Amino acid sequence: MSKRIDVNNLNVFYGGFLAVEDVSLAIEPKSVTAFIGPSGCGKSTFLRTLNRMHEVIPNARVEGEVLMDGVDLYGQGIDPVAVRRHVGMVFQRPNPFPTMTISENVLAGYRLSNKRVGKEEAAELVEASLQGANLWEEVKDRLDKPGSSLSGGQQQRLCIARAIAIRPDVLLMDEPCSALDPISTLAIEDLIQELKENYTIVIVTHNMQQAARVADRTAFFNIAGTGKPGRLIEMNDTRTMFSTPSEKATEDYISGRFG
Amino acid sequence: MAIADSTTLGQLSTGRRFKNGTATALVYSAFGVALIPLVWLSFTVITKGYKRFFLDANGEHNFNLDFLQQSMRGVVGGSPTGGILHAIWGTLLITAATAIISVPIGIMTAVYLVEYGRGRLKRAVTFFVDVMTGIPSIVAGLFAYALASIIIGPGTKTGFTGAVALSVLMIPVVVRASEEMLRLVPNELREAAYALGVPKWLTVTKVVLRTAIAGLATGVTLAISRVIGETAPLLVAVGFADSMNFNLFEGRMMTLPVYIVSEWKKGPAVCNDPTAVCVPEITEYRAWAAALVLILIVMTLNLVARLISRAFAPKAGR
Repeated sequence: MSKRIDVNNLNVFYGGFLAVEDVSLAIEPKSVTAFIGPSGCGKSTFLRTLNRMHEVIPNARVEGEVLMDGVDLYGQGIDPVAVRRHVGMVFQRPNPFPTMTISENVLAGYRLSNKRVGKEEAAELVEASLQGANLWEEVKDRLDKPGSSLSGGQQQRLCIARAIAIRPDVLLMDEPCSALDPISTLAIEDLIQELKENYTIVIVTHNMQQAARVADRTAFFNIAGTGKPGRLIEMNDTRTMFSTPSEKATEDYISGRFG
Repeated sequence: MAIADSTTLGQLSTGRRFKNGTATALVYSAFGVALIPLVWLSFTVITKGYKRFFLDANGEHNFNLDFLQQSMRGVVGGSPTGGILHAIWGTLLITAATAIISVPIGIMTAVYLVEYGRGRLKRAVTFFVDVMTGIPSIVAGLFAYALASIIIGPGTKTGFTGAVALSVLMIPVVVRASEEMLRLVPNELREAAYALGVPKWLTVTKVVLRTAIAGLATGVTLAISRVIGETAPLLVAVGFADSMNFNLFEGRMMTLPVYIVSEWKKGPAVCNDPTAVCVPEITEYRAWAAALVLILIVMTLNLVARLISRAFAPKAGR
């Protein structure tokens, strides 16, 4: 479990449009890395290239390398479906499957891929995953109720349970708290701290306080103007980033002078 | 500062009250007008359709279900016997065959258009589906008849030929309805499945189709209701019959709409044998009674569709 990711000279295109230009960075295992930056700067797009989810969008393509423990995710013969089993993802808006119960949602990664899971094994997996997502105590008596019957924050933790149930190496989170209230946000942030014991976590956030609270390392992305590609401005330990950033743009963004 | 509207807080101005009243009256009267044909039609069909059920073989006024239990085999003149069993079976068999052909093709086409299609081929398929929607039903009948004449032999009329004709009419309806339903499935659910490492084809079958199934069932039933009352193509491609025929691939078959036409065309029965029981209006009674049964079948289908979509709908309750 938990692998490191090295990105070398990555460009992301939508058709002929260069969306993200020349990003190189390293993501350490068993740590939380946060991506911050103004809207439209390409941080979510970049995040999606780490598990090839950008390929869902027609005409999106990538140049460069993403190495996971030395294996290029874009190398020949690499199946994007297999990549996504190693690199899980949690989205901005909680999206449990509406036709499934809570426990079916947790097992979705197996059931939807036609993988057989024994009854006992399934029960253990459900409990372990929900406990891993700090949701077990709240839902253990209603596992057969629909996933959509939960509150927004609980749904998001259900989605995290669903993502960790397939035991990925890396967990990507695309603004996981932006649709949640402060209490649910706190619950998810605590959970992120626990999850980093076992997983490599990458989180995109609009909320700089959140990055400061949860991340070990922070990367700042920026965009020169509309129609220009997003770029990685700088990346450093979170404490350094928020106290003594080396770039003027980072300091301006963090101190709220723009964005 | 002058305030244009000087009414006190919480009171509607006369102008707005008038507009509100007018709009309400319009909406209700439009609803009423839309109801008139429905109520009128139901009233007519019921008042005329019940008579055959209150006429026994002796021409007496007694309730009986002969009409649903007999075919027209050997029924001549104004004899108050003869029924629609053969036509009910024909309609059900041909419609079932139509659904078996059209539903898979229609839903798979919709899946192609929504989940896979791109560029020129997608536009071509959409265009041809649009064209198919506009095909007059008689043309579909002639097409199927001509096809069967070429492949099997001249003058071939079978239930299956009729099913082919009806499929030409039903497929575009199924494609259109299913396409709308598949587009309603939120993209977030597809992304959720992809992010769990689920291959595309399983995402489509187990997430997209599963989520949309309630809507798909409704769309399919509406498409069936649309073709079950078709007359012209069946007249051309299947023809008439007076006896039972359960074989879709051999011989002519009777269907309810064609039965209505054929009884209507006979006109009042001529009674010149004083020894036989003769009711001159019997053909008219039969036509209306068959129409009543056809409407009841369509209503039952719609009810079944509602039950299906309720059973499969995503559960939202707490």
